[in-house]
Amino acid sequence: MGDATAAMSGPSGAKPRRRLSGRNIMVYGILIVMCMYYILPLWVMVMTSLKGMPEIRLGNIFAPPVEITFQPWVKAWSEACTGLNCDGLSRGFWNSVQILIPSVFLSIAVASVNGYALVNWRFKGSDLFFTILIFGSFIPYQVMLYPIVILLREMGLYGGLWGLVLVHTVFGMPILTLLFRNYFSSIPEELFKAARVDGAGFWGIYFRIMMPMSLPIFVVAMILQVTGIWNDFLFGVVFTKPDVYPMTVQLNNIVNSVQGVKEYNVNMAATMLTGLVPLVIYFISGKLFVRGIAAGAVKG
Amino acid sequence: MTKSIEVSNSIEVRDLTLNFGATSVLKNMNLNVAEGEFIVLLGPSGCGKSTLLNCLAGLLDITDGQIWIKGQNVTWAEPSDRGIGMVFQSYALYPQMTVRGNMSFGLKNAKVPAAEIVKRVARAAEILQIEPLLDRKPAALSGGQRQRVAIGRALVRDVDVFLFDEPLSNLDAKLRSELRVEIKRLHNRLKNTMVYVTHDQIEALTLADRIAVMRGGIIQQLAAPQEIYNRPSNLFVAGFIGSPSMNFFHGATTEGGMVFESGGNKLSLDGYDGGAVGAREEAILGLRPEHLEIVDAAIPGKTLPATVEIDEPMGADSLVWLRVGDVPVSVRVPVEDRPEHGREVHLKVEISKASVFDSGSEQRI
Repeated sequence: MGDATAAMSGPSGAKPRRRLSGRNIMVYGILIVMCMYYILPLWVMVMTSLKGMPEIRLGNIFAPPVEITFQPWVKAWSEACTGLNCDGLSRGFWNSVQILIPSVFLSIAVASVNGYALVNWRFKGSDLFFTILIFGSFIPYQVMLYPIVILLREMGLYGGLWGLVLVHTVFGMPILTLLFRNYFSSIPEELFKAARVDGAGFWGIYFRIMMPMSLPIFVVAMILQVTGIWNDFLFGVVFTKPDVYPMTVQLNNIVNSVQGVKEYNVNMAATMLTGLVPLVIYFISGKLFVRGIAAGAVKG
Repeated sequence: MTKSIEVSNSIEVRDLTLNFGATSVLKNMNLNVAEGEFIVLLGPSGCGKSTLLNCLAGLLDITDGQIWIKGQNVTWAEPSDRGIGMVFQSYALYPQMTVRGNMSFGLKNAKVPAAEIVKRVARAAEILQIEPLLDRKPAALSGGQRQRVAIGRALVRDVDVFLFDEPLSNLDAKLRSELRVEIKRLHNRLKNTMVYVTHDQIEALTLADRIAVMRGGIIQQLAAPQEIYNRPSNLFVAGFIGSPSMNFFHGATTEGGMVFESGGNKLSLDGYDGGAVGAREEAILGLRPEHLEIVDAAIPGKTLPATVEIDEPMGADSLVWLRVGDVPVSVRVPVEDRPEHGREVHLKVEISKASVFDSGSEQRI
């Protein structure tokens, strides 16, 4: 063998990696245990919801159903009783949709314009305004519940859907304004100046320049608001009446009803039905969500 | 300031003052720009040059004074109503619009008829040679192309005044010099009034009809580039313009102002092109590196003794650093005439190109 081959005989190229090193076993082991931990409750819920009551009474909560039945899901959606109403969660679902859509739309519209004005059209006292707005988000909800009941009553909105929409819009404002303000301040100021030289006004710049550039943050705001408002229980139970209870309140009333047998399968199905909307939203827009959060977080 | 507007003045700034809270950014500024003139606002960061440009554009509300453009008082007018086009350092192209969309955005806002928009965009694209790019988004363009589009966006507005806010600062050196020439060509072709902000003195010296050197919200000197270079009105302008900067010697003028004395060396001021210097206990003599010559023998009243320290060859010529006493001095020499290090030489001074400053007021005498 010559010198050249000797020089090549040592290690070269990519370093080989062992699949089953001690380190890998540790990492994957922990990951698997964590996955199990989080997935187990869901497993129990899905399995229970697909069993009949006799099978549930056997007590094997981890076992898959012997005989699969979708009856609990049907019952949870359209037959379960709360008080005198026996039309299941469907009523609450539609109530929630009716609350959700205007609340999300209004709160995002108001907060995005706020953020835009605070960044680009600074007015006298705009910093003070912003401080007050942020401060507002630190006041505990409980303190404000009763005053708001009185306010809504005086406005004639108490007990209806629109009263709740108003409350959601107001309570969403501080955090959303902060979110939008931070995002808009990351957009170069020169773009705004260029648009002004080009003759665009307050709304022209907002709709034609700022909004098209800010899709990620609008998606983030939408996800935050959809999940927040959908999962809200407190405002729903305080500011609305049984006819217009949102889904979460109705779920509680179904699960916590004291009369008769506890129908675990129906309860499980009802809970999953209620959680479906935020879940779907996360799955659809997860990537945009992460991008938007990261983008808004960089600059304060 | 009651004199009537002369039509030849494209921009008139009268007693402009701008305060941000308690900080005064622009102080009682007056500036007249003639029709078709290329004015460069030059100065270090924070001197107020970009601020002044923003005031002209109407993007900042001024505290006091007036701004006239084309014989119109536009002090309170919206940016879009001032008859200006503006080009920004970061290009500021709308990312979601195509090049065509970017260039026609302002025209659409101004409700210009569609046929006219097509015509003007086509003309601007032809001038700037960006026709093949019209349907691309800004993200698909290089820096130089983006800045061309940004210039195009100002061009289609068909205005008399162009404002440039450090338009070349984001480009690499080669592109910068290319676009610099292109801007000059554009000015020759369009004959618009241009106000151009930069901190790059090469851009200022090459482009400007007149340069306004600014510091601390005040115009230090407003003159043609050669005048500024040869006869800086004060110590700041002298030190700011020129690379490497001017050599300064602290000393005194004696013998009725006919001789400059510094560290035991005497230089005759015979032939100085400023006013009568007069006898001063403290004065500063400024000499540019190219106005000094390395010679072997001393000539009384015309040379300074110096020691060669290091040299920096820069291709065509070389910058030699010497010491006169303990004052470091730079001299520009042809690259083949570089003296060896440590050599004792004499520097012949071209007094007719020198500047003498009063130490107290820092003004040129």
